[in-house]
Amino acid sequence: MDYAPSNRNSASTKIVVAGGFGVGKTTFVGAVSEIDPLRTEALVTQESAGQDDISKVQQKHTTTVAMDFGRITLAQNLVLYLFGTPGQRRFWFMWDDLVIGAIGAVVLVDTRRLDDSFAAVDYFEAKGLPFIVALNQFDGSGEFGPDEIREALAISDHIPVIEVDARDRESAKHALVRVTEFALTQLSRVPATT
Amino acid sequence: MAPDPREEQSGPRLVRPYALTSGRTESVVDLPIEATLEVLPSGRNATWPEGHMSGRIIELCATSQSVAEISAKLHVPLGVARVLIGDLISAGHLKTRKTISENTTTDERRELIERTLSGLRAL
Repeated sequence: MDYAPSNRNSASTKIVVAGGFGVGKTTFVGAVSEIDPLRTEALVTQESAGQDDISKVQQKHTTTVAMDFGRITLAQNLVLYLFGTPGQRRFWFMWDDLVIGAIGAVVLVDTRRLDDSFAAVDYFEAKGLPFIVALNQFDGSGEFGPDEIREALAISDHIPVIEVDARDRESAKHALVRVTEFALTQLSRVPATT
Repeated sequence: MAPDPREEQSGPRLVRPYALTSGRTESVVDLPIEATLEVLPSGRNATWPEGHMSGRIIELCATSQSVAEISAKLHVPLGVARVLIGDLISAGHLKTRKTISENTTTDERRELIERTLSGLRAL
């Protein structure tokens, strides 16, 4: 490496904030980000037929998928980015871009709309990305606690389930600390296979 | 950047942002969305016509910016930003700083996660 010594450790990393539409992902990102959340867009080409069906390959639609993200400068040489996942299920293939290189993910859950969370949980389990489940506290959402949610989502005992107020900086920060701590414990237990 | 003749001949389309990249959609280098960029001496010395995307990217990178931030601030899709940034990297004007990649060792990964954790705790 021929980098100047002062730059050798300059790095950036990311944590993914996932969950269904309207669950508070951008609110969470905005609560803890040092900048107003920014929006980046990706153009995706959807092919309406399978890849092996040559006769229909030209039937393509270009769609724009938006992702909101924030930034936290943790040290002079370290920046953490928080990326909210696109809400729509059909854009999951974009998530690979988000997951590769991520420390982990916070799955935000609205306990009144639990169905929206299954997709994210399944996806991160399949990808082997460490994640925690954070129950966003909406008015009138307090009837289910972490234990009920753990059971309903069928997630293993070792995965942290916490409560969070996505509007509150300290609460959002706590969730980020928890997922980072969890990622560290997973690193010690499971050798990296990818 | 001469326009690709095929681009000129094709019929009207709703979006043509890849005109900025002469129709290229793949970056020449691997660019994670969170990778931050550093301007190298050759980038500082180069000049571009006013408003040229490359010049605007170099200007933005005076303060550490990621691929995602450049895409957002220049209002171009992520894929377009990647191609433009990739060109500046292969021309020796920019370089990426470290990120966690598939080639990162467990020790390096641990070191970066630990630094992140202490940074978050100190916020």
